[in-house]
Formats: sequence, C-alpha cells, structure tokens
Amino acid sequence: MGKAWVFGDDVDTDALAPGKYMKYGVEEIAKHCLEAIEPAFAASVRPGDVVVGGRNFGLGSSREQAAAALRHLGVAALVAESFAGLFYRNALNLGLPALACAEAKRIRPGHELVVDPAAGRIENRTTGETLACEPVPGFLLELVLDGGLLPHLEKKLARRKDAT
Amino acid sequence: MSAPQTLAQKLVARAAGRAAVAPGELVTCRVDLAMMHDSGGPRRVKPMLERLGAKVWDPSKVVVVTDHYLPATDEESRRIIAIAREWSRSAGVARFYDGEGICHVVLPERGCLRPGMFAVGGDSHSPTGGAFGAYMFGIGSTEMLGVLVTGEIWLKVPHTIAIELDGALGEGLAAKDVMLFLLGQLGMDGGRYQAVEYRGEGVRALPMQERMTLANMAAELGAQAGLVAPDATTRGYLAATGVSEAELDAAQLERWQSDPGAPLLAHHRFEAAALAPQVAAPDSPANAAPVGSYGEVPIDIAYIGACTGAKLVDLRMAARVLQGRKAARGVRLLVAPASLRDQHTAREDGTLAVLLDAGAELLPNACGACAGYGANQFAENTVAISTTARNFKGRMGAPSARVYLASPYTAAASAVAGRICDPREML
Ligand code: SF4
Repeated sequence: MGKAWVFGDDVDTDALAPGKYMKYGVEEIAKHCLEAIEPAFAASVRPGDVVVGGRNFGLGSSREQAAAALRHLGVAALVAESFAGLFYRNALNLGLPALACAEAKRIRPGHELVVDPAAGRIENRTTGETLACEPVPGFLLELVLDGGLLPHLEKKLARRKDAT
Repeated sequence: MSAPQTLAQKLVARAAGRAAVAPGELVTCRVDLAMMHDSGGPRRVKPMLERLGAKVWDPSKVVVVTDHYLPATDEESRRIIAIAREWSRSAGVARFYDGEGICHVVLPERGCLRPGMFAVGGDSHSPTGGAFGAYMFGIGSTEMLGVLVTGEIWLKVPHTIAIELDGALGEGLAAKDVMLFLLGQLGMDGGRYQAVEYRGEGVRALPMQERMTLANMAAELGAQAGLVAPDATTRGYLAATGVSEAELDAAQLERWQSDPGAPLLAHHRFEAAALAPQVAAPDSPANAAPVGSYGEVPIDIAYIGACTGAKLVDLRMAARVLQGRKAARGVRLLVAPASLRDQHTAREDGTLAVLLDAGAELLPNACGACAGYGANQFAENTVAISTTARNFKGRMGAPSARVYLASPYTAAASAVAGRICDPREML
C-alpha cells in the first residue's frame, strides 16, 4: 500500500528529470525530480508511494531517466488518465508499472492506494473505491514483473544459453 | 483485392514481414536503422550491453551522433563524449558523426535515410525521419538496448491522422507556424501516439528541411511518427546527398504512398493561406496564438537554433528578415546552425554574413541551449523568443526564464524590433 502524490495534466520529462542534472547518474537526478512543480516531492516521497497524473503524463523527451528517477525514489506505480506514448514504453522497460485509468482524477493527495498491474485495478483504501485501468498487454506485463527489459533480456539470454 | 492501407501501415507491414497489418495489432518489426546520440546512446547502452555480455546485432545499421553535450565544457560532458567515441570505434559503428551537427539534421544530410525504412532513434524528435517516408520514432536507452541486441522492436500498428494543408503558405510563413498552429488546435496529445501524415498542396510545396520541421514536431503533437509521402522533392534531396539513381529506383518511391480510401482516425484540413505567423507563449508549445495578439512583449534573447529551427532553410529565413538590419540594442541574437554542413553552405552563399552583420553571436553546431544540458543556459528572468520545439518551464535554463516559440522569420524580426514582432512587416 502506498500514498498518492497527485499532479495535474502534462507533467513533462524536463520536470521529472531536469536537463541540467542529466549528465549525472540517476541518484543525483532523482533528488531534483519534479522540483519545479513540487519542491518537497523528492525528499518526502516514500518507497511504495504512487504517483498520479492527469492527461499526457511524461510528455517531452525520450530520456528514460524521467522514469528511472521515480523508480529510484521508490515509487511503486504510476497512474494517469493518459501517458505520453514514449514515456509509457520507457516506464515499462524500466520495470515501473504505468496504468492508464480514466478515473484517475478521483484520487486525492494522500489517499492510500493498492495498485495491481496484473489485474489492471486500483483499490483506494481511503475511499473504499476500486478503479479499473486499461489492461497492460501480456508480454509487457511479463517484462514489468521481471523488473524491466534489461533483467527480462538477461533471463531470456540465459535460457537460450542453457538450451545450447 | 486487399483493403487499402495507409503509408504508416505499409511501412510497418514491410518491417514486420507481412503483406498487410491492421491498426491496433501488436507486431514485431525488424529495424533497418538505429540512431543514437551522446546523451541517450553509448554512455547508457554500453554498461547494459556489458552486463548482458551481448554484441550489437548489426553495426552497419547503427549511426551515432554527438550533439547534446557539445561543446564539452566540463569534466562530465567530456567523459560522455569520450564514451561515444570509444564505444563507436570498438562496436564497429562506421557511421559516427562527431561534432558535425544535430542528429536529426545530420542523419538525412549524410544519406542515412530512405523511403520505406523502419528506423528508431534514441531521441524524442526521431519522427523527423518521417519527412523522407521512413517510419521512424523515438525510444529510450533501455529499449535501444533491446534493439541493439535483437535487431527488433514491438509496435502497436498505428492509426493514421491525416493533416492536410490546402493551398500555399503566405510570405513570411514557415512549417514552424503550421506546427504551432496545429498544437494550439489539437494540443500536445492530439497525435494520440499514432502516425500523423502531412498531405496536401501546402506540404508538397515545401522543401525537405521544412518537411523535416513538420515531422520533427509530430513529437510535440504526441504522435509516434510524422510522415510525408516521398515525391520528386524527396528524390531530389536524396540525389543531392549522393544517393545513386539505382538506389533511388530501388527505394520505390511510388510504393510508399497511402492508398485512396485507407482508414483514417481523423482528418484535419487547413487553409494554408489563412495562417498568420504563430507564437507559443510559456510554458507550452500548445499555447500558440497569432503573433499579432501578443502586443508589446520586450525580449532579451532571440535564439535561432535546434533541429527544428536552425537548418539551412531556417537560417535563410532569418537572413531574409535581417538583410540590412541590426538586432536591437540590448537584444542578444544567438545563432547555432543545426549542422556544420549547413553552416558551410550558409557561409558560401552569404547567409551567414547577413546574420553576423546583424549582430548575431555564432554558437556551436549542437543542441546547445535547446537541450538545457549546460551550454548557454538562459539566466533568471530572461525573456527569449526561440526557434526551438519546446518551452517547458526551466528547459532552457532558469525556471523563471520565459521562452516564446516562433519561426525563424518571427524570431529574427523580433530581434530587430526588440519585442515580439510580425515578420511580414519586414519582408
Ligand atoms: S536541438 Fe533540441 S530538440 Fe533537437 S535534438 Fe537537440 S535537444 Fe532535441
């Protein structure tokens, strides 16, 4: 279970991973994640928390540090009305579940959420509601559950080696 | 008879090894070209390749460009550039363009793109390749790793959104105005991560580098790809970059067109002649409005740079306005030509001299302030008019900096006037 951090529409990748820190590793970028919108975020977010956005979450750059910074801070899942397509791919590739939920606006800051990517469902423990999400295609779900594309490929390559 | 297909469907079907595909289907495609730059490329994929103990599937299909961390003014930037150099050499990537300009501009100018290709780039503006009738889109570094190892990538076959431009653009109008107008109309998710196809007389009349601006900013529309079907203009550009007649014939330009009656998710039609120069106010490219609605907005900087705003065609637009004029007192006119080759041509044909005479400061052929990674960042409270593609808060420097997006014509006219200004007054 995690606490909801709620943001508006059009949260961009420059806000998630500010350009001037891009030359550093994810530890440094993460310290500045979303600071232009919510300066307290990086210091206050706790492992297991959920980031909730409005429309077109993650628009902008291809920099996957935008998703990596959130994961580094321990964010367990992303929920938004809609995601920018490139960011959505990046989040899943990094093992960060991203769920598109038409009713994301019903979630308020601080609500306690249980997110189940496999079932495509969010339980709001504060309000007692259950919100339905768009299903993540099976092969992508598998990739997320493996922890992202890198561990997923590692597993596949190891399997191939075993077979030969 | 098979069902009519859009250009996007045909390109994806070819790469998926299928006769036809339907929008919404999940397919796996073979990649013809993978482009990376210094920021998202070698420095990020090298450690992952090492962890997997894997090699690049086909180095002849990989292109690496340095542009984001140039000029490398600090230790980290120099290290990032050094990794790009060493890795390209050791991985056997022959097409490594180092300090030659911005990736999206260097790629076509070196003849790397062909109609019919299926390509990925480690940068969000990779749809630029779609100007050549190639299906090209941006991916992150981890997904690039997947491509480098397997030579394949999954895709949900896109629907096509047709954007048709009737008639010709007026004097002092450019592809950038079209894109800002579309962003104002459709918003930054109007492309719905599908394929946008630009069509119509107004598009046919544009030279390749202007079409590149349309395709490039499909990214701002939130589309996966931005396509222009190839024609005689495409052929002419490719021939000029040294692609042989035989290769051009092999690329089968006539094949890469949408069939009449192919399914469209949406069809937007605009009268090009009715368009006024557009300016997007901070902090979103979708905050666009006709230049005349801005009243008096004094500016500190006019920035003519980036893949979307400082190609040869863009520099020439700025020069047309700046010919015999000077930037206003107190305005810094910054020009960062998008590629070394375009800069050479601009020097030879006198374009550069016009810009310099107008008081322009010449910056390196790199992303520079557009990336906001270090070089030439805007200071606190700066007001800038810029030919770049994005004006998100803090992207080009201090969060208090205010960045207005516009065409090279409008940026140049504003530099002269010292305030946001309609370029048609100066043509
Ligand atoms: S010039 Fe700007 S938009 Fe173009 S690739 Fe560089 S950072 Fe991206």
